[in-house]
Amino acid sequence: MPYFVPNRNPGKLIVVEGIDGSGKSTQLSLLSQWLRSQGVAVAFSEWNSSPLVRDTTRRGKKKQLFTPTTFSLIHATDFADRTERYILPMLKAGAVVCADRYAYTAFARDVSRGVSRKWVRNLYRFAIRPNLAFYFRVPLEVALGRILGGRTAIKYYEAGMDLGLSRHIEESFRIFQGRILEEYEAMAEEMGFFIIDATRSIEEQQKQMREIVERQLGESLRSEVLRVQWVSSSDSTYAA
Amino acid sequence: MTPLTPLSFYGEPLPGVDTSELQGKLIVIEGPDCVGRTTQINRLRAWLENQGHAVLHTGMARSALAGKGIQQAKEGNTFGPLTMTLFYATDFADRLENEIIPALRAGFVVLTDRYIFSLMARAIARGADRAWIEQVAGFALVPHVVYYLRAEVKDLVTRVVVGRGAFDYWESGMDLRFGSDMHESFVRYQSRIIRALDRMAARHGFVIIDASRNPDEIFRDLQRRIAQLFAPARARGAAKKAARNA
Repeated sequence: MPYFVPNRNPGKLIVVEGIDGSGKSTQLSLLSQWLRSQGVAVAFSEWNSSPLVRDTTRRGKKKQLFTPTTFSLIHATDFADRTERYILPMLKAGAVVCADRYAYTAFARDVSRGVSRKWVRNLYRFAIRPNLAFYFRVPLEVALGRILGGRTAIKYYEAGMDLGLSRHIEESFRIFQGRILEEYEAMAEEMGFFIIDATRSIEEQQKQMREIVERQLGESLRSEVLRVQWVSSSDSTYAA
Repeated sequence: MTPLTPLSFYGEPLPGVDTSELQGKLIVIEGPDCVGRTTQINRLRAWLENQGHAVLHTGMARSALAGKGIQQAKEGNTFGPLTMTLFYATDFADRLENEIIPALRAGFVVLTDRYIFSLMARAIARGADRAWIEQVAGFALVPHVVYYLRAEVKDLVTRVVVGRGAFDYWESGMDLRFGSDMHESFVRYQSRIIRALDRMAARHGFVIIDASRNPDEIFRDLQRRIAQLFAPARARGAAKKAARNA
């Protein structure tokens, strides 16, 4: 991962990636709970969640103002704000930061929108390099089945409707997600993803994730990161 | 000097833009805060319109997409340097794709109050990596000409004192936390901006306009130079020769 800034802080950064419907958010939530139960101070950051940028993103989506370039830049702005004001201070404080999607999401989505691969990778060069990046690998049809079966409306940009791939939103979503999947697969090795087979049971995937975390970060989780003395079972998720 | 046509991109081209369709002229007025850009642009616009040119006047933080968001962020107390740089880049991209390029396609003269250079200078003044920001801003079109209104910091201070009557928080770079003295912070911050713009001037061939003169002189200077841009090629060559010999 030559593009990012090494994490030289006591805290650790764990990220999950994958297409919509890969089950990554469920897995990250289970992992965070497990880490908390071990007394680790956990912080959580979600893609596209900066309060500073929220109104602008909403305006752009509602009025369909985005081009591939501005869509890419506003997400990078969001990411910069979370990095400067949340992720970095939390890592300095020693927290384990769990991020639901990271710069890789931009690499996959923006390139699928026609943005230059080289340009978008440079754009995120300021990102902190994750200690662990999990990629939830799932066949397109499985992910589509989970999404199309479980939700009522797919959103305009989520479906890549701005690209004119198809006039039918479901068909456009299918094509666009297929492209994103190809981008993830193409970068998996270069980015050093830990690949989780997301067709397996939730329990099996979680077991595998915990083993990898233990193997890769076990020592620092016990000695380096910020720990909470007063663990409560009702600790709720703290969102950025 | 930058060739007049066709326009090109500094770096990776914007997806979906055919530069051979861009028939208008892209004229950039650059310079630090308080140097008098807006006054000049307003006069140039009126003059160009009197000559029969359709003019688009655009400037930083005026995009439909990001203008309001930047304004809100500036009013808060949490606008970090990277976030600021990328928010302004979003604003610029929106104006480039949705205002500047369509206007050039329609044959307008686009007068832009600052361009990527101020954006990059502000980022560099705040510690951003030069190569990073140059690549980020690489989707910009290379303008036909960049007029750099250049002045020393003391000239800017004079304009703040006798013009606006107060130092502005962001123009003074107070977010850089040089200290609580706004004048001192203004001097340090604007010196960094001028240094960054000077480097770009050399690298990108800006036309340097001495902005320490009175506004009427500056206007006549700009007017004369812009008139040359619209003159037929042969006349332009002759005028350039004359300017060199002068």
